[in-house]
Amino acid sequence: MKEQLKSIEERAKSELQNVSDIKLLEEIRVKFLGKKGELTAILKQMGGLSAEERPVIGQLANTVRADIEKAIGEKQAQMKAEIAEKKLAAETLDVTLPGRTPKVGRPHPLNAVLAEVEEVFLGMGFDIVEGPEVETDHYCFEALNMPKHHPARDTQDTFYINENVLLRTQTSSVQIRTMEKMKPPIRIISPGRVYRSDAVDATHSPLFHQIEGLVIDKGITMADLKGTLELLMKRLYGEDTQIRLRPHHFPYTEPSAEVDLMCFNCHGKGCSMCKQEGYVELLGAGMVHPKVLADCGIDPEVYSGFAFGIGLERITMGRYNINDMRLLYENDMRFLEQF
Amino acid sequence: MDLSMRWLRDYVDLKADVKQFCSDITISGSKVECYKEEGAYLENVVVGRVEAIERHPDSDHMFICQVNVGEEELTQIVTGAQNVNAGDYVPVAKHKSTVLHEGKVVKITKGKLRGVASNGMLCSLAELGLTVHDFPYAIDDGIFILGDDCDKTLGKDIREAIGFNDTTVEFEITSNRPDCLAVIGLARETAATYNIPLNVKKPEYKGVDGDVNDYLKVAIHNTDLCKRYIGAIVKNVKIGPSPRWMRERLRASGVRPINNFVDITNYVMLEYGRPMHAFDLRYVEGGEINVRNAKAGETITTLDGVERTLSEEMLVIADAKKPVAVAGVMGGEYSGIMDDTTTVVFESACFDGASVATTAKKLRMRTDASSRYDKGLDPHECYEALMRACQLVEELGAGEVIRNYIDCNYQSEEPRTVDFNADWINSFLGTEIPEAQMIDYLGRLGIKVENGKAVSPWYRVDLGVKADIAEEVARLYDYNNIPDTIIRGVAKAQLTDKQKFERSIREAVIAMGVNEIATFSFISPKYFDKINLPADSKLRKTVTISNPLGEDTSVMRTTVLPSVCEVLARNYNYRNPEAYVFEMGNEYIPVPGSELPDEPVRLGIGVFDTKDSFDFFDLKGIVEGIMKKAGVREYEITRPDENCIFDEKCAFHPGRCAVIIADGEQLGIFGELHPAVLENYGIGTRAYAAKVNIPELMAKGSTERIYTPLPKFPATTRDISVACDASLPVAELEKAIRKAVGSILEKVTLFDVYTGEQIEAGKKSVSYSISMRSHEGTLTDEQADKTMEKVVKALSELGAERR
Repeated sequence: MKEQLKSIEERAKSELQNVSDIKLLEEIRVKFLGKKGELTAILKQMGGLSAEERPVIGQLANTVRADIEKAIGEKQAQMKAEIAEKKLAAETLDVTLPGRTPKVGRPHPLNAVLAEVEEVFLGMGFDIVEGPEVETDHYCFEALNMPKHHPARDTQDTFYINENVLLRTQTSSVQIRTMEKMKPPIRIISPGRVYRSDAVDATHSPLFHQIEGLVIDKGITMADLKGTLELLMKRLYGEDTQIRLRPHHFPYTEPSAEVDLMCFNCHGKGCSMCKQEGYVELLGAGMVHPKVLADCGIDPEVYSGFAFGIGLERITMGRYNINDMRLLYENDMRFLEQF
Repeated sequence: MDLSMRWLRDYVDLKADVKQFCSDITISGSKVECYKEEGAYLENVVVGRVEAIERHPDSDHMFICQVNVGEEELTQIVTGAQNVNAGDYVPVAKHKSTVLHEGKVVKITKGKLRGVASNGMLCSLAELGLTVHDFPYAIDDGIFILGDDCDKTLGKDIREAIGFNDTTVEFEITSNRPDCLAVIGLARETAATYNIPLNVKKPEYKGVDGDVNDYLKVAIHNTDLCKRYIGAIVKNVKIGPSPRWMRERLRASGVRPINNFVDITNYVMLEYGRPMHAFDLRYVEGGEINVRNAKAGETITTLDGVERTLSEEMLVIADAKKPVAVAGVMGGEYSGIMDDTTTVVFESACFDGASVATTAKKLRMRTDASSRYDKGLDPHECYEALMRACQLVEELGAGEVIRNYIDCNYQSEEPRTVDFNADWINSFLGTEIPEAQMIDYLGRLGIKVENGKAVSPWYRVDLGVKADIAEEVARLYDYNNIPDTIIRGVAKAQLTDKQKFERSIREAVIAMGVNEIATFSFISPKYFDKINLPADSKLRKTVTISNPLGEDTSVMRTTVLPSVCEVLARNYNYRNPEAYVFEMGNEYIPVPGSELPDEPVRLGIGVFDTKDSFDFFDLKGIVEGIMKKAGVREYEITRPDENCIFDEKCAFHPGRCAVIIADGEQLGIFGELHPAVLENYGIGTRAYAAKVNIPELMAKGSTERIYTPLPKFPATTRDISVACDASLPVAELEKAIRKAVGSILEKVTLFDVYTGEQIEAGKKSVSYSISMRSHEGTLTDEQADKTMEKVVKALSELGAERR
């Protein structure tokens, strides 16, 4: 019987060797190990063995069964792996074929940059407030220390609705509305559309966007203004950004400044991008004029503050290297999809 | 303001080069726009003397000149000019030089003219970039023969020889500093910037005997608008060109030299920033100067030859009968200086800034004078200007100034002062500048500090409050030396609910594949026709701009729809295969009885797609996505009826348009654009648009999200197909199903709508999948079947029979 068992094991293993189809594996298992299989048939003859032989043969039979089972298992695993491998090989793709992107829209570049600016200021504790675009002369000029016939009005060519109502030329109007409503401390920015009667060209548009900033509290200094603008510009343009302040005049701030950004291209040496100036004009700012404060019911002897107005188009164009302002309002899909 | 650097150097000993100067003076407060070197385009053009001249053998108009340009050998040059003689000094463009030709820079090289070698060119004024105004003794159509006012050193660079080598610096002077619209003003700033002396002498003149009152009477009839009027008389006038130094300073300042008297008034205006005027006494009737308001309808022909009709609020200088000048704006043509003028009236006056500004604006004539007056000049400075003009007359030998003058309505005042407190300035600026340094800065600017007061010089009309003094200190300290500090104190900030809502909707629309656009808020009234708006539509009542750039941008939009259509049309025109666009922007709706309009936020969407299919239901899907994002749970989408609040419905295909209604309120309208609208916009494919009212949407929506427990028991699904009238909206069927199934309804999904051969004409087949689930236990087949019976019954009541 020993020989029979050995022979079964050998035959089973040899058959396994030559198997190439996973279905045949099951047939082999049935043939040798099944209820009517060869091994079972042998075990059925065990009754005829002596008491000494029986455990020996029994153990051997179990070993043979385990070995065959193991061999089948191994073979099965090996064949499965081969099949899987073949399948994977057959499924190989040309990964250089074009991808299919789901349709995703893009924010307008002006709003994308605005969102960044808003985030910086929210982080510094500035609320965002809005104000009307169709505005009264009072809020746009009068309350900003620009009475009728003030020469500074000439620099802002205004669209009028009637003698007293106009399209705001600057978001500074929101300063006044805010100061009338809120008590200091005030920290706000106010982004929005402004209008000036400039014909459309590469650097002008009758409609553009400003972001107004206003801070009023006890002990606010011009150094605070500088620090705030410096921080903003570094956040927007990177840590090595340098700005330059130079004196200017706005009727509603004193001292007033214009802020230039050092040209990225030439680092201040002067090149064609910055028209040889080394700097690019970026925004206007200053300490809120005491008369403006007083007219809004804020005591300039107790409180001080600063204000600034940033041209959103300018920083957006600088950010994305856009050389023509008209592109921003043309809304060509080929342009919009780039952002 | 164009500043001649040569003129500036008359007053300050400036060491810095021009580039450095531009940077330094900008930082101290006078913004430089750019600078230009005169005649920079001229290269290798020198002074030469024509030693010999002979006719060209083969030409009847050309000459062969032997020219001495300071070299060992003479240079032979052929010229076609007829005004050259031996011994003349001329500008010579040598071989490899550049000059102007018809305004363009051209290169001159040697060559042959009708067989004769010519090694350069003799130049006319035009070829140098000049005119006879710059050299009145020269002629327009010939070679420029250098006069005695030129340096005749042979071989000398022509720019140096004729003084055409100044540098002009262009300043942007802010409206608060009219004193800097003057050479002396900028010299003062230069001296303060570099801390160097300012060399300006008080102007004086000798004068001749006589009495000004024998010639002139001055009366100011409106002393509010004329704070001072000084008149002087110059007799035995000799009109002629002014000297080269004056002409070249005027030219570099952008003013054309005319004759000595006109040039003197311009010179003084540029030097002192005080506009002056010169009248020919012959044409001042009765020798009377009346400063008065114009009479309605009165006319004057101004120096530019245009007849102007005046109105009563305008101030004029009139003689006994008629206006001879518009005060502070421009003189009259007939009373101006002419070649035969013998007696001149000099005017130096102070007119009210606002009045001059209004007059100049009304007459549409902004002049060098008006743009100085309109910023508000101080009356004190009139005097120095007049003195300077008289001094120049004597210096030029242009006439005899009568010693006395008429000074009308002059009131001397105490100097203006502002509190000076160094500690306050430091606390305001955030600096630690020593008081002595501040006083030094102010002193350099002519501001004296006495007894805690800063005393302004008269020319500084802009110093009114202590912050003004702080600025003066800060700008000489250099703004950039002020430290950078962070605002003290804490402040908490957050977006308002409105801002959060608008952001979330924008993000949602972007996530659904639509690109954000930015369009103008003003449109053309014609756009209302383009979107088929009825003639009586309320949307045609607009906020209208009284002075628009053009009709296309003349009214504030009352609907975002045309803006969206415009963008679709543009993209279609550009042959872009698709456009998916939206804008969240304002409409501007006039409010009766209110000064300002409403500016509600609207969402406008526009789509066309020639590449992939896009139809009504794709747009509806986007709209539903917006409703979901907004958290509007209950709403319906129906065909617009006569109660539709959106006049824009006329822009849509009548059968493919829907309104969104929540809780009885219409939130938006969307659909396929009407073929007529598409045609108006030149869009050759189906296009879709939507408009959603954002504040209304926000009011109906909710940002609250509450978790519903996940189901414990399985759902049971039954499908049903019914046939009904084709015109019956499926929303009716769905409503009936919802009602019939009741609380165990989980979801109704429409999965097929069919019309065609398999079904009777005029009918359609609609198929639903109905998913039911109970939270109490697994639904039995029996329960489900029973429910479906109810559904069949309910649908049948609508005339929809099970198929």
